[in-house]
Amino acid sequence: MSIRGKAFVAGIYEHPRREIPDLTNSQIHAEVAAGALADAGLSFSDVDGFFCDGTAGFGPMSMADYLGLRLTHIDSTETGGSSYVVHVGHAAEAIAASKCSVALITLAGKPRTGAMGGRPGGGGATPDMIFEGLWGMAGAVTGYALAAQRHMHEFGTTSEQLAEVKVAASLHAQYNPHAFLRHVFSVEEVLESPMIASPLHRDDCCVVTDGGGALIVVSPEVARDLGRTSAKILGHGETVKHAQNGKLDLTYTGAVVSGPRAFAEAGVSQGDIDYVSIYDSFTITVIETLEDLGFCEKGQGGRFVLDGTLVAPHGKLPFNTDGGGLCNNHPSNRGGITKVIEAVRQLRGEANPEVQVPDCTIALAHGTGGSIGARMGSSTVIMGTEDA
Amino acid sequence: MNELPNPAPTVTPDTEEFWAATARGTLLLRRCDRCGSVIWYPRPFCPECGSLETSWIEASGRGTLYTFTVVHRSGIPGYREARPYVVAYVELTEGPRVMTNIVGCEPDEIEVGMPMRVVFHDTGQGNALYRFEPDPSPAGGG
Repeated sequence: MSIRGKAFVAGIYEHPRREIPDLTNSQIHAEVAAGALADAGLSFSDVDGFFCDGTAGFGPMSMADYLGLRLTHIDSTETGGSSYVVHVGHAAEAIAASKCSVALITLAGKPRTGAMGGRPGGGGATPDMIFEGLWGMAGAVTGYALAAQRHMHEFGTTSEQLAEVKVAASLHAQYNPHAFLRHVFSVEEVLESPMIASPLHRDDCCVVTDGGGALIVVSPEVARDLGRTSAKILGHGETVKHAQNGKLDLTYTGAVVSGPRAFAEAGVSQGDIDYVSIYDSFTITVIETLEDLGFCEKGQGGRFVLDGTLVAPHGKLPFNTDGGGLCNNHPSNRGGITKVIEAVRQLRGEANPEVQVPDCTIALAHGTGGSIGARMGSSTVIMGTEDA
Repeated sequence: MNELPNPAPTVTPDTEEFWAATARGTLLLRRCDRCGSVIWYPRPFCPECGSLETSWIEASGRGTLYTFTVVHRSGIPGYREARPYVVAYVELTEGPRVMTNIVGCEPDEIEVGMPMRVVFHDTGQGNALYRFEPDPSPAGGG
């Protein structure tokens, strides 16, 4: 695909000051963003793509939240001083591919007058964490527990239903010789495991493991010449879901944006999906994500996972056949790459034989980052066999 | 419940007045001068309309419990010794859902939807943490 003639630079702005001790880094991002948008004759509500480097906080999430952006495309490619040139190219590609229509690129930094916060005590804390780092958030589980509690309150979801997710993952992990946990769990065992942050028990949580993974993505021409079965990328979506200026709603995830866009691009619907890799940092993550991807109605995720729905090979929607993050692997506390890897195994017919989904032709992999308890990245990819 | 620690917040130019007000027992909120939206967390920027024109207003300090978790495992110094403690989001009367701790009651007395009121815990650094306790006489309630 050529980007020639498919994108234009419509607004520019250079901050007029050269010493800015009285503003935070975040506020400088906001001011230059407002300036460039004004130059172009656009407003913040027009922006749906955001490009930034490490000066913006925790990837693209901090400033997306700060600015209240509603995003369908994000890019925090970090290549030092050349980053913003790279971002222009990425923005053009994304626009040509209809990933976004108004891309905002920002840079801010204060090497002259000091630390990011601008004065002693300002430190490098992201602006959101100033208000969330004080209350004893004990790792990721606290935020997910806040979401689980609210989901239970609104929809009647139960601890037993959450436990069914662990049980299904463990039924798969028993066949994976590399799985961290190969024990087959019962619902009762999960409920009797120690409470970590109510309503989440120890066994509602993923494993903590070292490790990693890698993917090679190639062009159709290269793939054709490899002589190896490849997974065809059919559709993709991404977003940041954040605290929404205090109107945060913990009962849904960013999958409500990333999912429909991936399905639309792929030209398939939920009923066409033979296998799903669902990010499973905690059992509640799976319940909310399944709802948000449209595999069941909002609030029905707890009931949906009963009766072996997720259990391969013959359940209605086989998931995480490697045992997932809940039992198999969560390398470096990040489970996204293993989600894609297992989906490709299924499409190649190379999953463990006991859990290989028969005639698996279309698979979905979903990743979650950050916390569903505050702000999160969300991305969905749909892949198919070579003739899908 | 054991006593919670009172860590001092990171104060920035954006939040200097907010934290100074906590020392006087006042909870401030930022409000947009252009569209009137209440802004949370406090910043001199409106994420609703993109305005850079904003002002402080005084919050009522009342609200209801949106969600909570009783934390049994924690490695955070001070909080570890206070286990079990409660992390929550309280929905302020003015709208924003604000992360905080719930104090002044036992964890098993807490329910989603309970009326809440703010209390302030001195950090010893010229400001105070805003926490919430059950409100025995909520505005408009029995």
